[in-house]
Amino acid sequence: MLELTDVHTYYGNIRALRGISLSVAPGEIVTLIGANGAGKTTTLRTILGTARARHGTVRFNGHQLDTLTTDRIVRLGIAQSPEGRRIFPRMTVLENLELGAFARPDRAAIAPDLDRVFTLFPRLSERSAQTGGTLSGGEQQMLAIGRALMARPALLLLDEPSMGLSPILVDTIFRIIQDINRQGTTILLVEQNARMALRVAHRGYVMQTGRIVLHDAAAALLRSDLVRKTYLGEK
Amino acid sequence: MAWWEVLVQQTINGLTRGAVFALIALGYTMVYGIIELINFAHGDVFMLGLFVSLAWFTLLGATQTLTGWQLVTVLPLVFLLTMLTTAVLNVAIDRAAYRPLRRSTRLAPLITAIGVSFMLENVALLWKGPAPIAYPDVFPSVDILREWFGVDSAIFVTTKDLLVVGATIPLMLALHYFVSRTTWGKAMRATAQDRETAEAMGINVERTILMTFFIGGALAGAAGLIQGMYYNIGQWWMGYQAGLRAFTAAVLGGIGNMAGAALGGFFIGFLSAWSDQYISARWTNAIVFAILILVLVFRPHGLMGERTPEKV
Ligand SMILES: Nc1ncnc2c1ncn2[C@@H]1O[C@H](COP(=O)(O)OP(=O)(O)OP(=O)(O)O)[C@@H](O)[C@H]1O
Ligand SMILES: [Mg+2]
Repeated sequence: MLELTDVHTYYGNIRALRGISLSVAPGEIVTLIGANGAGKTTTLRTILGTARARHGTVRFNGHQLDTLTTDRIVRLGIAQSPEGRRIFPRMTVLENLELGAFARPDRAAIAPDLDRVFTLFPRLSERSAQTGGTLSGGEQQMLAIGRALMARPALLLLDEPSMGLSPILVDTIFRIIQDINRQGTTILLVEQNARMALRVAHRGYVMQTGRIVLHDAAAALLRSDLVRKTYLGEK
Repeated sequence: MAWWEVLVQQTINGLTRGAVFALIALGYTMVYGIIELINFAHGDVFMLGLFVSLAWFTLLGATQTLTGWQLVTVLPLVFLLTMLTTAVLNVAIDRAAYRPLRRSTRLAPLITAIGVSFMLENVALLWKGPAPIAYPDVFPSVDILREWFGVDSAIFVTTKDLLVVGATIPLMLALHYFVSRTTWGKAMRATAQDRETAEAMGINVERTILMTFFIGGALAGAAGLIQGMYYNIGQWWMGYQAGLRAFTAAVLGGIGNMAGAALGGFFIGFLSAWSDQYISARWTNAIVFAILILVLVFRPHGLMGERTPEKV
């Protein structure tokens, strides 16, 4: 479904990605873990076209994404809940959610999806008329995820969805991730919380300074020495 | 005239001036909101709007005072044609001069905008010559208090004043509706607030920018037409002064803030009318710029008091 081949992405002279190859098959949850600055966010941005690969190709369902503009890429069925939430601060919760569905051709199916998001996050329903900038950090995180779900994407990119959430909400978010995956959405999940991510994912990639150093089934990664020492903090 | 009659008269005068400033200021603030460019050429689009509207009246053979049915056919038609012309012109300016510089430093398009301003002024100079151009008295001027109400007052309110308010308010309401209710209006606000995330929503940002220039140009054209019909005169450099005052209005309202720009426009309108009357017309520009500098130094987010201005 998604295939990155030898992708190099730069910010000016900074080499953020130094030849990334990874793939995501339909129906999977794939997680990308790694230390701060490893290039996880850059990988997602390169897929969505908000950062551009200097070498290599990004393919999605037969389309070569690195030649398309971001709005075209989104219309192919990719949505993202970005790092740092990136809520539109001076628009209401409802408007933020509506914008999530901006590129959808099936306008009629939007209302039921709005209900679905409000059922998943009742807090958002209570605050639907409030502006995004006045929400708490955790509420903004729910809104960012809800907004991405409003696109009803084939592939959902999640960049640290558990960031800033209380432990109970983290559990809820991961349960929701599994639910929407079962309902047919393929997910590429970037997480600091490696343990949780590897528990819900089918497969995982480990990144270090712009390269992928390890990839395997999630259960195998949970047992690997490198992951246990470096990312799970075990001795 | 008693002192209060002078005050009322100058306030009415300020209202009509302010309406024109407000329409121009909206174009400044919308473009700034979306690409953070102070479009110095915007005042000149207003100036060309005046001449273009004159050309449309001439083409339609309507250079006498309009009567009866002409007021509801010819006049709206000229509004539409003028707004369309300046809207397309404004989009063309963006495409030719600013778009190629979209990914460069912020200074580059700013300097280009000054260049475009010179260019438009010289186009007008070649087209109409250096002398002031008489704009025909197409809109009937009726002394309302005297002729409609039989009141013998020194205050002079005409149907032209009604025209200014009657044309400006609906335009502003339409703009407000567009920006707050329609899908594309929301896309515009989203792009102004966070461009990359707007793109990630599937919004075509270039199309949104195009729309912003289109609307800003249309409003400037309407302002030019109104100015021509009201003052019956036009000159190639008039966009410079009106543009600077409208820009001050936009800064006063918090650049990027649409409601602020409209209010700022009316404020500068009142202020300049009062200053012309009570101080001296020669001082008015100095006073407007003093306000611009004071606001930039002490309240860079405008007088509306928001730390983060409501862009677009
Ligand atoms: N806009 C930018 N300009 C310059 N350098 C950048 C930019 N964004 C990221 N980088 C650099 O690229 C590298 C990869 O950053 P990236 O944000 O992809 O890391 P990450 O794996 O998502 O980290 P984190 O877990 O902290 O979010 C880092 O060294 C970072 O400093
Ligand atoms: Mg990151």
